[in-house]
Amino acid sequence: MTLMKHLLGAAATLALTGGAALAEPAIIFDLGGKFDKSFNEAAFNGAEKWAKETGGTYKELEMQSEAQREQALRSLAEDGANPIIMTGFAFGDVLNTVAPDFPDTKFGIIDMVVEQPNVKSVVFTEDQGSYLVGMMAGLASKTNTVGFIGGMDIPLIRRFGCGYAQGVKAVKPDATVILNMTGTTPSAWNDPVKGAELTKAQISQKADVIYAAAGGTGVGVLQTAADEGILSIGVDSNQNYMHPGQVLTSMMKRVDNAVYEAFKEGENLTPGINVMDLKAGGVGYAMDENNAKLVTPEMQAAVDAAAEKIKSGELVVHDYMSDNTCPAGSF
Amino acid sequence: MDYETLMQILGSTVRLGTPLLLACLAGLFSERAGIFDIGLEGKMLAAAMAAGSVAAMSGSAWIGLLAGISASMIFAMLHGVASITFRGNQLISGVALNFLSSGITVLVAQALFGQGGRTPPLSGDARFNPITLPFAESLQDVPLIGPLYYEVISGHSILVYAAMAFVPLSWWVLYRTRFGLRLRAVGENPAAVDTAGVSVVGLRYAALAITGVLCGIAGAYMATALQAGFGREMTAGRGYIALAALIFAKWRPWQALGATMLFGFFQALALRPDVVERVAQFKVPVSMLDALPYILTVLVLAGFVGKAIPPRAGGEPYVKER
Repeated sequence: MTLMKHLLGAAATLALTGGAALAEPAIIFDLGGKFDKSFNEAAFNGAEKWAKETGGTYKELEMQSEAQREQALRSLAEDGANPIIMTGFAFGDVLNTVAPDFPDTKFGIIDMVVEQPNVKSVVFTEDQGSYLVGMMAGLASKTNTVGFIGGMDIPLIRRFGCGYAQGVKAVKPDATVILNMTGTTPSAWNDPVKGAELTKAQISQKADVIYAAAGGTGVGVLQTAADEGILSIGVDSNQNYMHPGQVLTSMMKRVDNAVYEAFKEGENLTPGINVMDLKAGGVGYAMDENNAKLVTPEMQAAVDAAAEKIKSGELVVHDYMSDNTCPAGSF
Repeated sequence: MDYETLMQILGSTVRLGTPLLLACLAGLFSERAGIFDIGLEGKMLAAAMAAGSVAAMSGSAWIGLLAGISASMIFAMLHGVASITFRGNQLISGVALNFLSSGITVLVAQALFGQGGRTPPLSGDARFNPITLPFAESLQDVPLIGPLYYEVISGHSILVYAAMAFVPLSWWVLYRTRFGLRLRAVGENPAAVDTAGVSVVGLRYAALAITGVLCGIAGAYMATALQAGFGREMTAGRGYIALAALIFAKWRPWQALGATMLFGFFQALALRPDVVERVAQFKVPVSMLDALPYILTVLVLAGFVGKAIPPRAGGEPYVKER
């Protein structure tokens, strides 16, 4: 009987430790939604890639409102998920208060820096990627006017717009860059109708290449650009396929890689700040069969040359978030 | 601001104002019958999803429109059952339907197409394409009238012209027919209507049915004319702006046209901060323009611009006998 007890006890301990060792990673998607064909979808693809390769499973949660953030984070941490990755700057404040309460859980946040001993912050240099697509836009524009449509008006999105404007001015110093934002509330990420009207407004100002960095709103921008026969530039994921032959390129932000790497590291996630720049392959532009005809070899050569200069540090793209100003345009 | 730019902004105003106008007229009918309907947003969203999905499956925008109207009608009738038959609180029922719609649209679209709650992009006959009115191209160069005709009046989808036609139609129904008289009476003094031997419940359901049709058209317009498909939460609060416009219009059809087009104009202006800056000579924050409809509504409610008196029996379920 005592032997039985010991055996059972040992089995129970094994089961418990076994369970702990197999802690599932978790990912929280921000308000844009898991399938925004852009930022959150890239994160989802990274998680799926990890699941396919390792055969593991992960927990996921999609935010429905601002108020849910803290609760979602806490309940996942209490459930024993580890590490917990979240996409989006908006989690910054919440994570700062929640992370100290769960010292044994590792957190990863994308697009924001949170300085806690158990948090890994992954930030991208969107200014560099946007600079490259800006150069392409400048070279492809016939009217000498290009546009930018951002989602919610926050410094992060201004960083996209500012990098883009600098890229345009680098190849065409006299070009006009129209910079618009969709709105100032989170619904600006999901308003394709307004995105479409903004596109029409920019077209009436003679823009013939429009770069959308606006989550779900961007779907409307790309659609209208295709309807009206001008070029558009996608963001975050490769969106070239959405309107083949009418999307000039996409500014790739490898959120998928960031999530994949974080999941791979698992509970050994290294805390600290991880800057995914051009050199590290964190940002770039997309080339595939859908836009092969739109990008001339000269354009590609010019952009690749600039990319090399940025990588070597010879060319520095001004980062809007460093001083909240933009030398190439005003918002 | 040059004339051409003004015309472009007015064209944008019409496109942005149309969903507001349809939703506002929808709210007008239900509120005039004494049913507050906060669920305009949810009905439009459900209609947008149904129209986008069915248009994608059938390849016909018209069948999509019918589906949109049906979906919106189901929501309107749910509201009716809760607030007329069971005498529930109309505001709570409306809010609940908004939540239901927000969730169920994504769920259904995801189950149907597996594209993350979006419907597939529509093209060709699955969309209501812009109609170029006769002579619009050739008259384009005529000064003043040409650009006005080309940019503002021509080049919209058929649903826009339908929405414009609903304004006089609503006025005629409400003020020139027996049905309209009774409908207005039921929102002011249902007991009197009941005494006259007319069914209060029947009239209120009829009003909600009209609300359902109009919201259905508004949703279908957004998913199959302005956009090429449904996306999560794509109505983006337009149902609430329409409610504000309804107060601003003091529950009258012609004023509803004015109010929604004014709000549409503010939205269109917010898209052109460069023009606003040139005209005003200083930088106006875009969020200020976005907030203007609400500020105006508050001013009207506070009694600065005449008095806004809602239908007297609004919000109260009718109880026949005590």
